Amino acid sequence: MEDTFKLGSHTFKSRFILGSGKFSLDIINAAVQEAGAEIITLALRRANIGGIANILDYIPKGVTILPNTSGARNADEALRIARLARECGCGDFVKVEVIHESKYLLPDNYQTAKATEMMAKEGFIVLPYMYPDLNAARDMANAGAAAVMPLGAPIGTNKGLVTKEFIQILVDEIDLPIIVDAGIGRPSQACEAMEMGVAAIMANTAIATAGDVPAMARAFRQGIEAGRTAYLAGLGRIKDKADASSPLTGFLDE
Amino acid sequence: MKVNGKIISLEKPVSLHEFLEGLGYTVSHVAVEKNGDIIPRAQFSAVMLNDEDSLEIVCFVGGG
Repeated sequence: MEDTFKLGSHTFKSRFILGSGKFSLDIINAAVQEAGAEIITLALRRANIGGIANILDYIPKGVTILPNTSGARNADEALRIARLARECGCGDFVKVEVIHESKYLLPDNYQTAKATEMMAKEGFIVLPYMYPDLNAARDMANAGAAAVMPLGAPIGTNKGLVTKEFIQILVDEIDLPIIVDAGIGRPSQACEAMEMGVAAIMANTAIATAGDVPAMARAFRQGIEAGRTAYLAGLGRIKDKADASSPLTGFLDE
Repeated sequence: MKVNGKIISLEKPVSLHEFLEGLGYTVSHVAVEKNGDIIPRAQFSAVMLNDEDSLEIVCFVGGG
């Protein structure tokens, strides 16, 4: 059976969601191809008079657009951005992002849960970006979230799985796909998260700021696939004392 | 009228569609709020603008 995961009624094979920030437009296509990504996030902003290059022209056809609500400081602003994003005609997905401080860019779980409820009622497929808190994740699940997106570390830091144990709690207790979003800086960290049983990884800065962007997109894909395979295989056990791998009998001169 | 926070004077009444094209926007790429209400793209040609209106014109950009 093919290994897939579902968001709303949509099924995905790739477990790598690529963010599109900080890229030059001409490299996005190669990054998406090398990542094997089926979902890419976008932001919504005021359009400049005279028009600008349309980022959608640089994204391979068939890739699902996941608009974020960045810039929203509360649930109402997030809903406004989500509605405008939907008018752009790229589907019903939305990544809720409600942030009102710029130092750590940490999400406001309370406003995010409220926004999740409002958007789910309007038929959006809602993926809330959240601080990995079990109670908040339950609220978002009850509010109609299609997945939850806990942060590994603050946005853009490339610090990795700083919140690892709390993400594990979500994996164990929440009956929705858990997608680690933010902070993942290396393929090894993406792999580690996948070994824990998370459904997918979202990464942006780690790829966009790499020396060779397409190569790093490929490395993340491989790390994510390795971690997923390891999770499905079931990790070997850990022991406190040594346990010889080679036979302890039949030595020479015995 | 106000467009994305900037004052623009409207010489004569025009439809939203004409207005956007006149400013160089690619109509199929943008979403528009007029006086706080979203205007569906299918209504761009039917909606007329006047000098008191306030528009927010948005599009997708790169973002995480």
